[in-house]
Amino acid sequence: MKNDRGSAATGVAEPETVEPETATPAERGAAYRDPVRTALAAAHQRWQAEVASSAAERPFWKRDFSTLSGAEIPHLAGALDSSADPLRDIGAPGEFPYTRGIHPSGYRGRLWTMRQFAGFGTAADTNQRFRYLLDHGQTGLSVAFDLPTLYGYDSDHSMSLGEVGKCGVAIDTLADMEALFAGIPLGGVSTSMTINSTAPILFAMYLAVAEQQGVDVETQVTGTLQNDILKEYIAQKEYIFPPRPSMRLVTDQFLFATRKVPRWNTISISGYHIREAGSTALQELAFTLRDGIEYVEYGIAAGLDVDQFAPRLSFFFNSHSDFFEEIAKFRAARRLWATVMKERFGARDPRSLMLRFHTQTAGVSLTAQQPINNVVRTALQALAAVLGGTQSLHTNAMDETLALPTEETARIALRTQQIIAHESGVISSIDPLGGSYLVEEMTEQMVAGSLDYFRRIDEYGGMVEAIEEGFPQREIVDSAYRYQQAVERGDKLTVGVNCFQQDDDPPVETLYVSDEVAVHQIEALERKRGVRDSGAVGRTLDALRRGAASDDNTMPLLIDCVKAYCSVGEISDALRDVFGTWEEAPVF
Amino acid sequence: MAARFSRILIAKPGLDGHDRGAKVVARALRDAGFEVIYSGLRQTSEQIAAAAVQEDVGAVGLSILSGAHNSLLPEVIRLLREQDAADILVFAGGIIPNRDIPGLKSAGVDEIFLPGTSTQTIVEYLKARLGSDHVAGIAQAANQD
Repeated sequence: MKNDRGSAATGVAEPETVEPETATPAERGAAYRDPVRTALAAAHQRWQAEVASSAAERPFWKRDFSTLSGAEIPHLAGALDSSADPLRDIGAPGEFPYTRGIHPSGYRGRLWTMRQFAGFGTAADTNQRFRYLLDHGQTGLSVAFDLPTLYGYDSDHSMSLGEVGKCGVAIDTLADMEALFAGIPLGGVSTSMTINSTAPILFAMYLAVAEQQGVDVETQVTGTLQNDILKEYIAQKEYIFPPRPSMRLVTDQFLFATRKVPRWNTISISGYHIREAGSTALQELAFTLRDGIEYVEYGIAAGLDVDQFAPRLSFFFNSHSDFFEEIAKFRAARRLWATVMKERFGARDPRSLMLRFHTQTAGVSLTAQQPINNVVRTALQALAAVLGGTQSLHTNAMDETLALPTEETARIALRTQQIIAHESGVISSIDPLGGSYLVEEMTEQMVAGSLDYFRRIDEYGGMVEAIEEGFPQREIVDSAYRYQQAVERGDKLTVGVNCFQQDDDPPVETLYVSDEVAVHQIEALERKRGVRDSGAVGRTLDALRRGAASDDNTMPLLIDCVKAYCSVGEISDALRDVFGTWEEAPVF
Repeated sequence: MAARFSRILIAKPGLDGHDRGAKVVARALRDAGFEVIYSGLRQTSEQIAAAAVQEDVGAVGLSILSGAHNSLLPEVIRLLREQDAADILVFAGGIIPNRDIPGLKSAGVDEIFLPGTSTQTIVEYLKARLGSDHVAGIAQAANQD
């Protein structure tokens, strides 16, 4: 692995001092001239011999001690294991390559944003949940939209049957968005919106609501649009248009927001969904950062200077159950991004080099069996995210493998973050696992493995081309199946599922979104269609079609559409007319 | 197993894009010797029923995590019955609240597999249900017609 590091394309420099490159510290022993290193190697050799002899009497109690992702890790990591250079690769927080963090003051300066993803039913239902979370100490909003909104269908479309308000809040027109943020001044809160194919439409609606509230868009509107279409093709699968026109919509927003909404994060480049779809930790890291590289390349090709828009790129990772593997992933992410931005793109603004990220604990790790145990899983995953230096965190509620969370379980999830922040003491010292022999070695492995994936994706011509060839999709399906096989062999254990099961598992009360929501939503949509200016609807949609077919920036046209109360479905259809739609080959 | 009783359609109804489970189950069934057809994403009930009839499958597995199961699953069964294909076994998996299970079963969903189910359980279920008993049951039903 270590020999893979340092390709010219990625600009990670070769170590200046060359150490012997044989397999283990023990084998290296005699080759060291430094007496301390020689003694350390000898100690390692003694330990190995001790382990070998005791294992002969009592074999290890299981055969697989690899990480959750199936990566082998050392039984004992020591000073001789890591090839990380303390200055070049680890450094200090707030300095290149930011392995230890992007802020010199760490969490003493500012805690992470506690941002719980929420949305269900109608806009009024979700507005109530937002106010509840803000009242209980949440510091940012995060909107979950329902599937019809994500796919650009109105609530009364035949494909929306049974889906309205189920996985998130239903938004058809600007009227719903007004209700969603009623009584929440948008100048005083940062809002994250999980929306991708229809991101420009919902962003336009958000800006329209802010304007209605009298908020100055240029100086006061802050938040994040997920807007990461590449991971939709790779993992989450909520795409509408083919990859290339989708990338044009993304770059339209980069161009627009850079000038008009400069405090807005235009994209949240997401590994979360890649991981949930079954990737390993390494694949999550590598594909996400390679997606980031793709967006930077498209932004530059659209005419932006890298330092104009790179500071507003943000990231979103999963925090899964393998504690040290996750922490290594977060540390490696910062170092890789800084290096790529500096060496590959020549970025000079330090903010372009700093990888800022949101984290969500792993939904896929939650069990339907004995669901209260999920509180413990989530707490450990959240702790890994904090030790990894996250800027923002969502902790899953214990019942999220059964349904959307209830008020009570959502509150416990938020309290979990508050306990970590205010009781555990882990926030007081920056990157507390920096220098850990194991974590540094795992960080090195994450870096090396990612560089290898970057090279393979570059060979396809880029991430868009790799997606068109199905490369990341295949890698993820294979990993998901390998993991399932490991579970069924008993090599990977999940408490309550394939060990420590119990039959008397008490049922939990879950949130139930009734089909009445769809009835109300469709009635409201029909009313709105009846009272809006239908001439303005036709004119703005026509202008959008013409703009989409030309090189014009679509954002101002979309803002006109939403202000005329065109619906998400109508606007999406106008874009479908111009861009066409995308279907992936159903492979498994 | 007769040819059609070893052929399974794994389908994703509705807008739900979560395909990890569907793909893992599809591959596990294939590895267990079934001939598996995977529908791909965002299939309407009509598309699923038509594919099941056209491919002459023994069973349809519907994977759904979006909450739209009460609307979509019974519709697939209704359409199969309408096309004289009520003998096609329908099973489901995904995130389905316990309170919805009795209704879905009475609508004709034969079995529902919840999170944490091993693929081996599904393989054994299908082998049992599509084995000789199932074939005999269909023959009997046909004779009664």
